[in-house]
Amino acid sequence: MVSILDIIGPVMVGPSSSHTAGACRLGLIARDLVAGTPESALIELHGSFARTGEGHGTDKAIVGGLLGFRPDDERLRDALTIAEKEGLPYTFEKTTLGTEPEVHPNSVRITVQREHRKHTMVGASLGAGRIKVSEIDGYPVDVDGSSHTIVMVAEDIKGSIARIAGLLSDDGVNIATLRLSRKHRGGDAFIVIEVDERPADKVGADLRALPWVRWSHRIDKVGG
Amino acid sequence: MYLSLAEAIKDAEARGVTLATVALEIESRDQGRSIESIREALGRALAVMRHAVEQGLTGDLRSASGLVGGDAAKLRTGPGGPLAGTLFRDVLMRALAVQEVNAAMGVIVAAPTAGGAGVLPAVLLGIGKQKQVDDARLVDALATAGLIGAVVAHRASLSGAEGGCQAETGAAAGMAAGAATEMLGGTPAQVGHAVALAQQGTLGLVCDPLGGLVELPCVFRNATGAAIALAAIEMAMAGIEFAIPADEVIDTMGEIGREMDVRYRETAGGGLAATPTGRRLARERLTQIKRA
Repeated sequence: MVSILDIIGPVMVGPSSSHTAGACRLGLIARDLVAGTPESALIELHGSFARTGEGHGTDKAIVGGLLGFRPDDERLRDALTIAEKEGLPYTFEKTTLGTEPEVHPNSVRITVQREHRKHTMVGASLGAGRIKVSEIDGYPVDVDGSSHTIVMVAEDIKGSIARIAGLLSDDGVNIATLRLSRKHRGGDAFIVIEVDERPADKVGADLRALPWVRWSHRIDKVGG
Repeated sequence: MYLSLAEAIKDAEARGVTLATVALEIESRDQGRSIESIREALGRALAVMRHAVEQGLTGDLRSASGLVGGDAAKLRTGPGGPLAGTLFRDVLMRALAVQEVNAAMGVIVAAPTAGGAGVLPAVLLGIGKQKQVDDARLVDALATAGLIGAVVAHRASLSGAEGGCQAETGAAAGMAAGAATEMLGGTPAQVGHAVALAQQGTLGLVCDPLGGLVELPCVFRNATGAAIALAAIEMAMAGIEFAIPADEVIDTMGEIGREMDVRYRETAGGGLAATPTGRRLARERLTQIKRA
């Protein structure tokens, strides 16, 4: 459903809603996968991101997102310099992630590492600042950043979804959508849960305390 | 939100209220959010638009490639042409200002997109200043513009990559024309004619940025888009009616966009981007960005 505020907005640093605002949001999501500013980042640009990204500030926008800057933060312009000062070593490479229409022309693969955590995601900027994360650690997902989201990997045991739903309900979190994907039957399940309110830190701790949950992260809403 | 302007106009007329009123009511219902809080968000957008205009008029901004910047200031202080001292020149100046800020990685409101962000603030703030329009009415105008943009998004597209520049600066011209017409006291039906008059003037407009950067011709196309909006406002306020309804003009824009060759949809494969000079400038400037 189109909203007036989607049309009169977002407020953003230019010059391109897809190459700048959307790219920044993808960086913010990658940051949340390691729950903070990464200690290193590999950013592989595909298609139009690789071709015209520099002129559009896509490089600055993604690194700015990794630093926690939102799309309307004027520090995005100086994000590369700030990253060097704050000790975020980043590497850019050009890559081919596949062919259209399977892979969107504005796609990127971001690998981030912090402390013992290392994750890789593939995402695309779809235009007008909208994004879609299509893959996390090799699992197919569909995260658009328009809701607060919990992503987790759990052993595929019977009753796991019921336990998770019960735990979220006990913590006062209302589930909007829940999707589960597996690489193969009996393999680990990748679970993406979109929720109405930002879950408290306790929710993540409770989920991680379940013995069959390998890891769980909260991805904050990054706008439409 | 409404899926057609005709439906919105009918509702507004039946109740004797503005399109801004019906748009805010539907938005409130759709989003489960109070009208007051929507107005506050639009008020924040208005403040950002104003700031971008002021920032752009200082004239010391350059884009990443150096292809654009400093031209808004020329309209502010440079020699006068035949339209010196007029609202027209003032609006052109504001459109260039916002778009130069955008190209220099400044903060703008993507309304409807970053590439078309200059038109709406130029027209609303330019007319608003001349007619001393208060902020509450400017916020109403943004709501009306949002309604028009939402209808365009639903029926056609707001993306240059999908529909060419007619879907960006063209849609922005329609939004600005309709919103300003209502702000000046035009009826809902006159708003419809203003939208149709503006968008008929941008049908077929291609998206052909040099090197794929939102710079050239984008900055200037915001100024000419704003000029088309002014023409549409003047005609609609004079009572001129455009025979093809706005919804059908918007549908036509969508149809042309879908038929448009990919070279003319933001790929820098055709149009001005593919001219000998366009190719040379893009090559030189992109090399310069990489060195910087």
